[in-house]
Amino acid sequence: MSDLHKTPLDALHRELGAKMVPFAGYDMPVQYPAGILKEHLHTREGAALFDVSHMGQAFLKGENAIEAFETLVPGDYQVMAEGKTRYTVLLNDQGGILDDLMATRIEGGLYLVVNAACKDQDFAHIEAGTAGKADLQILTDRALLALQGPKAGDVLARLAPDTEDMKFMNFRVVSIQGIECFVTRSGYTGEDGFEISVPSDQAEDFAKLLLGQPEVEAAGLGSRDSLRLEAGLCLYGHDITTETTPIEADLKWVVNKRRREQGGFPGYDILMSQLNDGTERLRVGILPEGRAPAREGTEVQDTDGNTIGTITSGGFGPSVGGPVAMGYVQTAFAEPGTPVNLIVRGKALAAKVVKMPFTDKSYKT
Amino acid sequence: MSVLFTDDHEWISVDGDVATVGITDYALQQLGDLVFIEVPEAGRTVMQGEEAAVVESVKAASEVYAPVAGDVVDGNGAIADDPAAVSGDTGGDGWFFKIKMSEPSQLDGLKNEAEYKAYVDGLD
Repeated sequence: MSDLHKTPLDALHRELGAKMVPFAGYDMPVQYPAGILKEHLHTREGAALFDVSHMGQAFLKGENAIEAFETLVPGDYQVMAEGKTRYTVLLNDQGGILDDLMATRIEGGLYLVVNAACKDQDFAHIEAGTAGKADLQILTDRALLALQGPKAGDVLARLAPDTEDMKFMNFRVVSIQGIECFVTRSGYTGEDGFEISVPSDQAEDFAKLLLGQPEVEAAGLGSRDSLRLEAGLCLYGHDITTETTPIEADLKWVVNKRRREQGGFPGYDILMSQLNDGTERLRVGILPEGRAPAREGTEVQDTDGNTIGTITSGGFGPSVGGPVAMGYVQTAFAEPGTPVNLIVRGKALAAKVVKMPFTDKSYKT
Repeated sequence: MSVLFTDDHEWISVDGDVATVGITDYALQQLGDLVFIEVPEAGRTVMQGEEAAVVESVKAASEVYAPVAGDVVDGNGAIADDPAAVSGDTGGDGWFFKIKMSEPSQLDGLKNEAEYKAYVDGLD
């Protein structure tokens, strides 16, 4: 266990009574004493603080940084103004997804946030793909906190009035009690909220400042997972992998208009043919009719007993009050309302294909 | 009536040739919030160590094993409908199933309360 990385908030997690688990090479809080259900519901009603410092942060800077970055992703970053953030995916030559990430236009380039489990490969891939055109500066001295929930905006505006008028996917550098924060109005819970990058050596003070606000409770990776699942958001390595394209993953909006016309990113021909002709399978929401959760790997069958797909994320949705799932099915079965069966412990349980999200999003747009 | 325990954190309350089975406080703490329970139906025959019930928490599914062989005579439908009603209290309403034992000598291999407590203290 000693070879696990620790985030700058490690001591605080233990002080708060967190249950720590290994995750992506880090010792991370999966839950605090309140438990996953309460942390989840509190995030939907108040504001919750998540430590996501295990994720990778970097600047990609240089005169040609945007053009260089666009050779790796299908997103249009040239049209974006400074201070705007966009979700995108790193692609392989088959159009498969190497990782999903957030990229923000800042002065002189981009600010990137990538998944913890992929960050070493991502940064090596970005560095190799942009060599000679841009400089990748990996930020190893910053922590990342996510403040999520409908009251997150009030909380942050109280501490930093500058953030009040920020809209969803806006980025701003803000000083909060003397701490230089990179604030993005985003998150991955389906709620309004912020991801806030702070210097590692000030992370604990900043977390305590937020936790000292009456609306804010600590929340762990357990509730983060159930929140993003209810919000219909993909988890890398599960719902999207190198074996899935963004078109199959129902993320075709990540291939922006100009890029569809001009190309210049890996897997372009494959993605365009999938956009034009459709795919054999598609990621969909699946709502089990009973109480039993269908976990990742559960076989999906049509009502005649033919295998038509697999669940890639599934569990209990605390806000829904029952099981929720997402997975891939043959496109002929992807229409919302289609009845399917889920094979759970050998039994066929009735379910249906549904539109996601399972809960309403509350982004400030 | 005696209460025994397994290494898999089931408790067994024995009354004559019928064993009532549930899961311990330690198991409940490890599982966290319970969201779904599947209990066996009366009439099913189980072997010792066979998966007899399933407990789902928010994060994961866990099996509950039959501590002894026999015929299931009752499954607790009340906890299936309301997982929050489960408690690790061996005298409470949170039991999972009752088995009419076919080989009561299997009880000899289980732990008593002191042995189970020492076992749990040694975990983690």
